[in-house]
Parts: sequence; C-alpha cells; structure tokens
Amino acid sequence: MIKFLNLSVCAQINIFIVIITKQTVFQITKFFMASTDVKGIGKVIFSSSLGTLIEWYDFYIFGMLAKTISVQFFPEGNDTAALLSTLAIFAAGFLVRPFGALVFGRLGDMIGRKSTFLLTLVLMGGSTFLIGLIPGYKSIGIAAPLLVLLLRLIQGLALGGEYGGAATYVAEHSPSNRRGYYTSWIQTTATLGLFVALGVIMAVKSNMSDAAFTAEWGGWRYPFWISILLVGVSVYIRLRMNESPIYTKLKKAGKTSVNPLKESFGHKANFKMVLLALFGAVMGQGVIWYTGQFYAQSFLENTVKIEFMQNREILLWGIGLATPFFLVFGALSDKIGRKWIMLTGMLLGVIFYRPIFGSFIKDTNVKEWMKNAEVVSKEINKKMVIKVDTIHAVVTRFTITNTSIKWVLKDGFKFVENTKDTAVQGSDGVETLIKKDSKPTYTDKILSTPLKWKFIFLVFTMILFVTMAYAPIAAFLVELFPTKIRYTSMSLPYHIGNGVFGGLVPFIATLLSASFVNDPLVGLWYPIAVAALCCIIGALYLSNKIDKNIMD
Amino acid sequence: MILAPVVIYFLVMGAVHNINSAGTKDINKPIPWLIIIAIFTPIAIGLMIFGFYSLKGEYDQLPERSDEL
Repeated sequence: MIKFLNLSVCAQINIFIVIITKQTVFQITKFFMASTDVKGIGKVIFSSSLGTLIEWYDFYIFGMLAKTISVQFFPEGNDTAALLSTLAIFAAGFLVRPFGALVFGRLGDMIGRKSTFLLTLVLMGGSTFLIGLIPGYKSIGIAAPLLVLLLRLIQGLALGGEYGGAATYVAEHSPSNRRGYYTSWIQTTATLGLFVALGVIMAVKSNMSDAAFTAEWGGWRYPFWISILLVGVSVYIRLRMNESPIYTKLKKAGKTSVNPLKESFGHKANFKMVLLALFGAVMGQGVIWYTGQFYAQSFLENTVKIEFMQNREILLWGIGLATPFFLVFGALSDKIGRKWIMLTGMLLGVIFYRPIFGSFIKDTNVKEWMKNAEVVSKEINKKMVIKVDTIHAVVTRFTITNTSIKWVLKDGFKFVENTKDTAVQGSDGVETLIKKDSKPTYTDKILSTPLKWKFIFLVFTMILFVTMAYAPIAAFLVELFPTKIRYTSMSLPYHIGNGVFGGLVPFIATLLSASFVNDPLVGLWYPIAVAALCCIIGALYLSNKIDKNIMD
Repeated sequence: MILAPVVIYFLVMGAVHNINSAGTKDINKPIPWLIIIAIFTPIAIGLMIFGFYSLKGEYDQLPERSDEL
C-alpha cells in the first residue's frame, strides 16, 4: 500500500483504471454467468449504461478542456469569438439540454426508446469527434468558433435525450423488486463518465509536454477522437438490443401517445406530477450532484489553490471509492423505498457542506504549515518588468518585480509564494520601493500524504451524498409517470434539475462571492438553500411507496 | 408562490448590478443573464403553480394508478 501511494499520479491512475475496469468486468461477468433472465437484463444494463457513460464522457471533455479549446477557437480580444464562447458554455447546458429532453422525449414516446437513444448516441459521438477535427481559429477564422458552437449545441441536445431513454429502457426491462438496483447502473454513468474523462485527459497530458498538448493539432484532440471508437462499439451493441417489452406491448395495442408533449404538460394531473418531481426531488438532487462532483473540484483548484495533478488525483480517488455506493443505495431503495434515501442525501449536504469546505480552507493555511513544519528547501525566482509611464508630463520608470518562492517543507507540504513589488526609479537612477506586496498569494499547494487522504475522504463523503440523492432517482421518476408519456415526462424535470439548477452552482457562487467578498464559503448558500427547500417539499409531498406496476 | 417572483426579482436586479462591459467574469456579460432569466422565468412560474396546487391541497392525495393521470 505504502509503495502504491508513492507511485506517480499517472501510474496510480493507470492502476486505478485497471482496478475499476476489472471490477466492472467482474460485475458484468456475474450478470452474464447467472440465470437466463439475469443474463438478459445484464445485456440491457450493459448496453444502456455504456452508451450513457460515453455521452457523459463526451459532454465532460469539452468542459474540462475549455481553456485549451478557448485558446484554439475563441481567441481573446475578438468580441464575436467571446460571444460565441459564452453561448457555447451557457446555451448548451441551460437552454439546449431541456429542449433536447422535449424533442427526444417526444420521439421516444412516439417511435420507441431504442431508436431514440441510438440516435442521441450517434449525434453525441459524431459531434464530439467532429469537434476534434475542426481546424483552429488561426487556420479558418470565425468559421472555427461557429462550427464548435454548433456541435456543442448538438451535444447538449443529444445529452437531453439520452438519459430518459436509457433509464426508461432499463426500468421497463426490470422486475419491480430490483428496479432501483438495475437502474442505479445507469446512475453510475454520470460519475463514471467524469472519471473516464479525467483519466483519459490526464493519461494523454502526462505523456507529452504542455506545448505538444495545447498545439493546434496537439494532444487535447485525442480525447475527442477516442470518442468515435467508444461510440462505434456502443452503437454496435445497442443495435443488437430489442425494444422495451412494455413499450412494444403498448405499441401493438395501439395505445402509444399521439401528442406526448400535450399529454405530459397540458393535462393537469400529469403536469402536477412533473412539478412535484422537479421541486420535490430533482432540483435538490441536481445541486447536490453538481456541488459534490464539480464545485468541489473547482473550489480546490481556484479557491484553495491545490496543484493541478494532485487536485485531479483527490477527485479520482473520491469518485472511484464512492461509485459502488450508487448500486448499494439503488438496491436499498428497492427494500425501503426511494424517498428517504434521496432526501437523506440532500439533508446531509445541507448540514455538512459548510464544515467540509471550511475544512478545505483551514487545512491549507500556509502560515499554519510554516509554523508546524521545518523548511527543507526554498527556491527563489524573480522576474522584473520595466514599465514606463508619463505622470504629470514627467516620464517615470517603474520596476515591477514578480517574485515566486517554491517552498518545500519537511512533512511533504509544497507551495509557491507569489509577490509583486513595485519600485520607482528617480532621476538619479536610484530605485525606491513604492508598493511592497504585503499580501502574498499561495498557489500550487501540494498536501502531505495524510492531509491528501483526509481531502480524499471529504470528497468521497460528498460523492456519497451524491450517490444517496442520485441512485434511486431513475426508478423514482419512471414509477411516477405512465408508459405512453414516460420518456417525455421524466426527461424534462431531470434536465432542468441537473442542467439548470445544478449547472447554475458556479455562476451563482461567483455572483455571491462578488457581493460578499469576505466569506469564501458564501457560494455554498445556493446549493444549501435549494437542497433544503427540495428536502422540505419532498418530505411533505412525496410518497415512499414503490409502484410495483409500471406496465400501465 | 411568493418565492417565484422573489427569485425573478433578484435575478433581474443581479443582472442590472453586475453587467459591466469592463468586467471579465461571466456575471459581467449580458448573454449568460439573458439565457438564465429566459430559462428561469418559466421555472419560476412552475414554482408558483406548484405552490398554488399545494395550497389547494392537490398533493395531499397522490395518484396511485396511471389512469388517474
């Protein structure tokens, strides 16, 4: 174990991916080796989950490579490109995803689940692959960001249609006493997609220089190209699957919906359930999901300033260790009902977010590290910039000195201290310090091994809350709506909850931080408030009863 | 029911206060605000309707069969 902990991050990731893959293969093999019924459901789960995982992977890599993509396609100083960049980020998540839920939900209820989620997979995979083929802004000008925006919007549209199809498809194959467990495999895919995206990007990045990675046709394109292979395999598997038995029966009886949108949102009784699903379950689940998986990562990187690779390592371990709990809570929901597991996950987030994020800040206080640990080495780098300015018709020379000190402490702590001092040069040539930086910034913090494991435990804990809130949600949504309009009715609240309420976490956090600058944890009030409200609504109005019959 | 207009009010006020052509953050750009307000308005109306239904006691008895929907 100690030897393993001392391996490089890259080696750890490779071993980790092998372990996870082996575990997954083992679980799938167990399915296939079991009775014929289970073999059938094993195939259904595998084909659905693999495709959904790939869709999440495709959606995430764009976000994770946003900085590089921005340099290649949306150069600074170009207003049109900046506008297209903002549209690519905000419109894909907030507008197009719910729209995709409506478009593909309607299609899925009218022509079938299998064909629809096959189409979303092809659209997603095709767009991802094509993003990897677009020449940079330097080569084809404004056409580059326009094409990227178009493909990103298609990605958002496809993502909006995928989840509802996969969850419905698996649920409609599942026996009522195992529905929570079987659909929880679909629930693992959003987290595993993040895990695979992180792993692939880190594996590519650690095998080449930064310059080779960020070049116009550099390594950042590989994760996009890999997608086409993954999608090819998944499409092949999905093509061999049959349509959902419940939907087939409905279609044979000629009872499919003619206008799913009208029946879902135009009929008061069903619309009431859509609202209940959104405000009593999915809204809270969305913010818990986003805070645990994404906000934690960006908080550790941008607020706490943990070094890039160690930050990813912490997240990978947290995700890897917590992912099996999706299956645990999915199975548990078959025994004790969905409601209280989801609400407990939200409540735990409400209670523990501030202490957990507070601990991230307190434990990385460099002044405390310096008090308690001996200095091993200190490497000083200075960069001087001469700036000439005219003040009151007098030409004045300023010397700006950027100093970065790389500190290494005895317990394994490392960090960089940055200061920026300004001096003015008098007419006699003598420099006088006019602005001494009294508040140095500390970046690239590397934690000692015990502290790193504490952080992994805290991230794991937050993802555990995600598994509680998220694992039973597919079964819960499927049981809430009738077969003929299930795809449409469950897709919209799901994507509003996750895409809009969850996706707004970083935006609202920035907004709150700009208004209350002294509280670094102020951004957490948004997910806490939404999850608390959802908890109250859910506790008052949701039913904990499992609907045994979803055939109707 | 009251929460929905309050949310919209704060979003609009947030946009008015934060949109700034000199700023570099997302909260300083008009496009994200337009998208967020556009998508949040129907959600807030949904929240109002939800509040109205719940006050009327329409969620006290949830349907147990699909033909009740």
